[in-house]
Amino acid sequence: MRTDVLVIGGGAAGMGAAIAAAKEGVKVTLLEREEKTGGILNQCIHNGFGLHYFKEELTGPEYAERLKKILGEYDIDVVTDSVVKVIKNKKVVTVSCDGVKEIETSSIVFATGAREKPFGALMIPGDRPSGIFTAGVVQKFINIENRLPGKRALILGSGDIGLIMARRLTLEGVEVVGVVERMPYPGGLARNIRQCLEDFDIPLYLSSTVVEVRGKERLEKVVVAKVDEAFNPIPGTEKTFKVDTLVLSAGLLPMVSLVSDFATLNGTSGGLATSNIGQSSVEWLFGAGNSTVVYDLVDYVTIEGERAGKFAALYAKGEKLSEKIPIEPGENVRVLHPRWYSKDDGLTIYTRVSKPIEKAKLVIGNYERTLTNLMPSEMVVLKVPARYLEGFNKLEVSIKEV
Amino acid sequence: MKGVVIGAGIVGSLIARELTRYGFDVSIIEKEADIGWGVTKANSGIVHAGYDDEPGTLRAALCAKGNAMYEKLSKELDFKVKRTGSFVVAFNDEELEILKELIKRGETNGVPDLKILDRDDALSMEPHLNPEIKYALYAPTAGVIFPWDVAIAAVENATANGAKLFLNEKVVDIEVKDGRVKKVITDKGEHEADLVINAAGLYGDEIARMAGAEHVPIHPRKGEYIILDNKVSKMVKRVIFPTPSKKSKGILVVPTLTGEVLLGPTAQDLPPEMKDNLSTTAEGLNFVKEKVIKLMPNLPFNKTLKTFAGLRPESPQKDFFIKKSDKVWGFVNVIAIRSPGLTAAPAIAKYVVEKVIEEDMGITLEKNESFNPIRKGITHFADLPPEEWNEIIKKDPKAGKIICFCNKVTEREVIEAIKRGARTLDGIKFRTRAMAGRCQANFCTTRVMRVLARELGVDMSEIMLKSGNSWVVDGKVRR
Repeated sequence: MRTDVLVIGGGAAGMGAAIAAAKEGVKVTLLEREEKTGGILNQCIHNGFGLHYFKEELTGPEYAERLKKILGEYDIDVVTDSVVKVIKNKKVVTVSCDGVKEIETSSIVFATGAREKPFGALMIPGDRPSGIFTAGVVQKFINIENRLPGKRALILGSGDIGLIMARRLTLEGVEVVGVVERMPYPGGLARNIRQCLEDFDIPLYLSSTVVEVRGKERLEKVVVAKVDEAFNPIPGTEKTFKVDTLVLSAGLLPMVSLVSDFATLNGTSGGLATSNIGQSSVEWLFGAGNSTVVYDLVDYVTIEGERAGKFAALYAKGEKLSEKIPIEPGENVRVLHPRWYSKDDGLTIYTRVSKPIEKAKLVIGNYERTLTNLMPSEMVVLKVPARYLEGFNKLEVSIKEV
Repeated sequence: MKGVVIGAGIVGSLIARELTRYGFDVSIIEKEADIGWGVTKANSGIVHAGYDDEPGTLRAALCAKGNAMYEKLSKELDFKVKRTGSFVVAFNDEELEILKELIKRGETNGVPDLKILDRDDALSMEPHLNPEIKYALYAPTAGVIFPWDVAIAAVENATANGAKLFLNEKVVDIEVKDGRVKKVITDKGEHEADLVINAAGLYGDEIARMAGAEHVPIHPRKGEYIILDNKVSKMVKRVIFPTPSKKSKGILVVPTLTGEVLLGPTAQDLPPEMKDNLSTTAEGLNFVKEKVIKLMPNLPFNKTLKTFAGLRPESPQKDFFIKKSDKVWGFVNVIAIRSPGLTAAPAIAKYVVEKVIEEDMGITLEKNESFNPIRKGITHFADLPPEEWNEIIKKDPKAGKIICFCNKVTEREVIEAIKRGARTLDGIKFRTRAMAGRCQANFCTTRVMRVLARELGVDMSEIMLKSGNSWVVDGKVRR
């Protein structure tokens, strides 16, 4: 089989990319490994999606449905239940109930999303009982499978998914005894702290972590301790919670294993490094969405997906794309995306600070912008006008405290 | 003759298979929910070359023999053995002396092709070793297996040849009459027995006591492990040992069959009453890290997939305790099977049948003419050439439906595992590698549970993670 633009992943980024590529009049194929498109949106039945992109507040499935409808208006070959086994040059091997197939393409948009950091990666001592889940798994149990994960739960990590699950579990009758966060500040958005914890009187334990899990068969108890500045548990501060469920919201990791052997990764995000037009270190490989950097909002995921889709289509049509110049992280920058700048399109910077900063000056090229109340949990999104970037062969983003 | 094998670990499983070869009427009794879930499940999975053990011990005699037997056994039972070879690295001349000692032992034990490499040769073969090493003992015949693969395969083959498997059944007593074993009594019922094989691992001393037979005391030695993502496999080609101490072989770096890198184990002696203590500790995991950094300073711990602990059965006399009881006719101890028990297991099974049962007990062995030594494993389609996989999908579309995205395990493989007895999530995991990949089951838990619930005709809330009441989900959110 042959196509012009192959989009891998049918979530918010992939659907955006497929639509934008189709608008350029090329042949587009979209591969989705699950039974239907929508990605993780399908299980996010809470609202808060779409304010930027659709200019109204939607639930996850509604947001996915809207994109799906637009997708249907174009002649796009959408293949679900199809798993990519390997990407080799511009050939992709897929597996599905229809067989093992090879697809040849002119360009690829890699939009595989992110996965949750698993419990094992945290190296928490103790037993290995059932009842320890990531937030996404709990969300899938409740919202898709109609099953409760347990009766009493503790949540580790105050990322947005963890906070949203604290509320969801409470609403469904599971007792949530608290949320534990090892940083001295919450990991999720301020609005989620308010709407998911404070409104339900769920305690948030900052500068704390789980030091032990106990239970031979099912989880029975979880020991939490305060941590010092180096995140080492402080002896004597242990507190035991009798719970049958531990929910982890320990962060998301971009899924890049299909490309990490041949494309450059963005060291600040762990994702596929791309330019502002979505192009990676390999000229025919474009990337978008959470497989490049973990975004705060799905709206940005779709917007950047569209951009990558458009330029992947232009590349497939043989258009010459401009040279890209590198963008490096400077002072106080923990996460930075994109990692190259191409004059072919405007530059939107997505960045996270490495620590809370009250007042700062963000500098890139000749551009400066004063920012206030920066938190690592909240992504800074800035459009940088092209005129400030002229004449540079290398750019750096720094966030200086003032 | 009715033979009851207590314990479906690798040792019991292989003995059970060997007994069916001679027409015994075999029952295998296992207290866990699946095969190989005791000592077998949680160890380093190494087929040792055989240079470690003191000549003259049973361990030494059976280790090198067992190593060689894996060749044929893996073909008959269709499980994988990867002959990675191993290094024992030395940092100074004192350690070099120990390597020389190991070579000498190895030669006495019949281990082929051992040699000592200098630093440059060792580093060119394993570039990520600590550059401060001075020598390495290279043993090309060392390899890796998944120990539970072997136990599962042996039980499947034994049952195909007439043995019966009883899971979730705990032996509570052994009836002896007129100095002969009569019955094995469990929490579920009774099994008549003319011959009882005690392959109960950590609980071997307790089982022997039930029969009033001789035994050696057994205490658990805990080993904690860390597993790294299979992307790390590029950094480690062979099993890497430090120079051994008197007590243990130390903390190793093991490239597993599927590419994950296993680090460990610690060696913490626990009192006999802690035979179910499988918890990891901060100290243990830190110790593993510390020691691994000395062997291979650049291994990325941020690629940790999971941590776990296993227990090995230790006894004061150090050697395997494999003999017939002189007090109770028909009772055979196969206990204190410490390292290198996994390597020795095929040889142990043969030794038990040919030496202990035939020679020492004087039971005449008659070949079961209909014994079929061949068992076919569950095919992992992703390992096949695409054309071959395609043909299989044409006949059964479920062979193209991927359930576990990380390890590319199909619905057909999961169904096959269930047909062969998997009833729990771990049962599926150990048979297919579904849920054992990079995402650690985050994407496929519900997908596997759906297949399990459908095939077994149960509700999701009845599915367990592992043995006991390890329920995964509670009731429904709404009706």
